Amino acid sequence: MTERFTKAAARNIFYGGSLFFFATFVTMTALSHNYIVNTSTDKKGLTEAVTRGKHVWEKNSCINCHTLLGEGAYFAPELGNVWLRYGGDKDPEGAVMALKGWMAAQPSGIEGRRQMPQFNLTEKEVEDLAAFLEWTSRINTQNWPPKLSG
Amino acid sequence: MKYESQKVALYYFAAAMGLFGVQILVGLLAGTVYVLPNTMSELLPFNIIRMIHTNALIVWLLIGFFGAAYYLIPEEAETELHSPKLALIQLGLFVFGALAAVVGYVFRIHEGREFLEQPLWIKAAIVVVALMFLYNVTLTVLKGRRTVITNILLVGMWGIAIFFLFSFYNPGNLALDKMYWWYVVHLWVEGVWELVLASILAFLMIKMTGVDREVVEKWLYAMVGLALFSGILGTGHHYYWIGTPGYWQWIGSLFSTLEVAPFFTMVVFAFMMVWKSGRRHPNKAAMLWSLGCAVFAFFGAGLWGFLHTLAPINYYTHGTQVTAAHGHLAFYGAYAMINLAIITYAMPYLRGRAPYNQTLNIWSFWLMSGGMAFMTFALTAAGIVQTHLQRVMGMGYMEVQEQIAMFYWLRLGGGVAVGIGVLVYLYAIFGPAREERPVAVAGGLQAAE
Repeated sequence: MTERFTKAAARNIFYGGSLFFFATFVTMTALSHNYIVNTSTDKKGLTEAVTRGKHVWEKNSCINCHTLLGEGAYFAPELGNVWLRYGGDKDPEGAVMALKGWMAAQPSGIEGRRQMPQFNLTEKEVEDLAAFLEWTSRINTQNWPPKLSG
Repeated sequence: MKYESQKVALYYFAAAMGLFGVQILVGLLAGTVYVLPNTMSELLPFNIIRMIHTNALIVWLLIGFFGAAYYLIPEEAETELHSPKLALIQLGLFVFGALAAVVGYVFRIHEGREFLEQPLWIKAAIVVVALMFLYNVTLTVLKGRRTVITNILLVGMWGIAIFFLFSFYNPGNLALDKMYWWYVVHLWVEGVWELVLASILAFLMIKMTGVDREVVEKWLYAMVGLALFSGILGTGHHYYWIGTPGYWQWIGSLFSTLEVAPFFTMVVFAFMMVWKSGRRHPNKAAMLWSLGCAVFAFFGAGLWGFLHTLAPINYYTHGTQVTAAHGHLAFYGAYAMINLAIITYAMPYLRGRAPYNQTLNIWSFWLMSGGMAFMTFALTAAGIVQTHLQRVMGMGYMEVQEQIAMFYWLRLGGGVAVGIGVLVYLYAIFGPAREERPVAVAGGLQAAE
């Protein structure tokens, strides 16, 4: 911090630089927005059911136990690819049935095992949730996660 | 304390500490559920516990920032606050909103997106509270002396309010939702919050070391400049695997690696100032918290962030206990500690006593910091094992969790130490203000501020 490096210079670098980087960031997210809508996610497949399913996901705050694309609470399994773990890509109806069975069986009550609450979802809500998870499993995530285990 | 209106900070600090207590209690409960999973599993499931744990943290840190601002802005601007009454109304509203949110969460009333669980009306109330604050402090600064510290603090606080607005946008497209969600979460904690942190740290250094303001201000610009130059594009490290383009792996890796720089600069800055001044401020605990904050922020936010920020590494560690380890130490080191530092510094003035209960406060520092460090090591070890078993070997999630159960016991142990530390801290600052023998303030040195 020499005398020649004045406070005014430091200030200008800070405000100028921050604006520059912020503008760059906004531009890049705008491009990414476009990429998400048109390339990496299924635009046509984003049905009402998927949106309703996302709402079911939020209403029960699944994210505060599970992770979804790696973001969440790390207390319960990753669900971004759970559709594939349930074999939904090969047998969608079977996967939905399995999900209905799973949701109905909670909490397991097994001593020493993490408990998933009973959310009392209607049949339609589970179907919407499945639609949401199915749609999510098809997002282009640059091949993440590395294994089916999530 | 030179200005009467600084007194409002006392109420803010009290409220912040109350919520800090809630956060730690609920955190201990969450740690217990990890090792004894049937604990209260139907009454208060883990998702609700965690919601309260993280929300209480965010809100107490914000209340602490508000309090710090109300404490330091009159001194910096050399004028009374525009309206102490408005500041108190603001606090009342905020605390009411926070408590209403917590009670609502218990009854499963929430919006369910991580960290942004607050129901819409509470989100709106947060905006109103932020505007009341910004109005109050901006007018105070405008009528008084303008310093770099107040300018940076205000930019940080305006940034907090502006980026929070993205929490109102929740598109049906999950990938879009996630991308803009980070506009709040990342641009807060790895962006504008660092401005608040650096300006409070700079204020504490001026006050406690007496180093020339000109010097401190240049350092402050360097720290916040580095923070934003690296941190804004560093958001890219959250855009690796959520449906965003592949180029973020390069941008995120590069810029988020540079995010270590501002934290390193903070360490150098804090120790240089202390070393340069040679003055011993009587509030040794406040000095310890300030230096500790710089060091722990460097480790928690800087090094533990770098540990898993490079895309090829993050591909394996993303969303494991490694992330949890980083999250805990980063929030503690950077944001909890700066609040505990300014509170420790300001409390003797706010309560009109010489620095007191120094020994207890210093004990609480080591208990909390030791506990957090231990917790971080335990979770890091858990995360590394988890990464290997689950992401390399492809073992199922629940099986892997059984393999790392021991680390969760260790983490809970660390948490208990933190909990005891918090109790000691609260007693040290709010308990009976016993006058300790006046530490050598005199002796040729000019009186410390």
